[in-house]
Amino acid sequence: MLTIARATYDAIVAHALRDHPDEACGVVAGPEGSDRPERFVEMVNAAGSPTFYEFDSTDLFQLYKEMDANGEEPVVVYHSHTATEAYPSRTDIGLASEPNAHYVLVSTRDSFTDGGNNDGPVEFRSYRIVDGEVTEEEVTVVDELPPSN
Amino acid sequence: MAIEVRIPTILRTYTGGEKAVTAEGASLTALIDDLETNHPGIKDRLVENGDLRRFVNVYVNDEDVRFIGGLDAELSDGDQVVVLPAVAGGAR
Repeated sequence: MLTIARATYDAIVAHALRDHPDEACGVVAGPEGSDRPERFVEMVNAAGSPTFYEFDSTDLFQLYKEMDANGEEPVVVYHSHTATEAYPSRTDIGLASEPNAHYVLVSTRDSFTDGGNNDGPVEFRSYRIVDGEVTEEEVTVVDELPPSN
Repeated sequence: MAIEVRIPTILRTYTGGEKAVTAEGASLTALIDDLETNHPGIKDRLVENGDLRRFVNVYVNDEDVRFIGGLDAELSDGDQVVVLPAVAGGAR
């Protein structure tokens, strides 16, 4: 199960809506082993594409350096699909390389049906992707993450 | 000649869980061959058809090796090599 703070959830959705029709991507970092998505980090989609995303290689390096220095890991890796459902594609599965992360998929395909109005629903789903195996999990949105131990 | 190589989570199955290992080589190719000797199987995860895999990034002292010669990038004692899988995907 993914437990995520309302503010972080909203930030991911807002990013996806803002970058539509291109795919948006980013991570939510948290202390290693904590499973707490605490630090929202929006990334630039270097592919700038409606059907593909990729972190810029220099940005990626900086991000991991920063997380390493903070003792963090990517607790959530998110990206949007803008014309298809929020389910990992074959590409997503093949390239998933963080077995400990929650892969969040957001779909904005129904958000712009009324001439650019943002009011349509945004699909928000979460998965584990390990060794090519996809397992969907429940998403619990809380006002604030419970205090850490 | 000792070069520290940082290993990403997904490849730590090859290094017995170690986050960083030491290897030797005057070029990235030689370094990867040396890694393969001690961690069999890892080379195939980094190299494909004689080139760095498209969705694997390797950095030497903070620089993406694609900008400094790719597999031919030269290495010296004390360099730090970081391997990071691309974070990529998409509906396509």
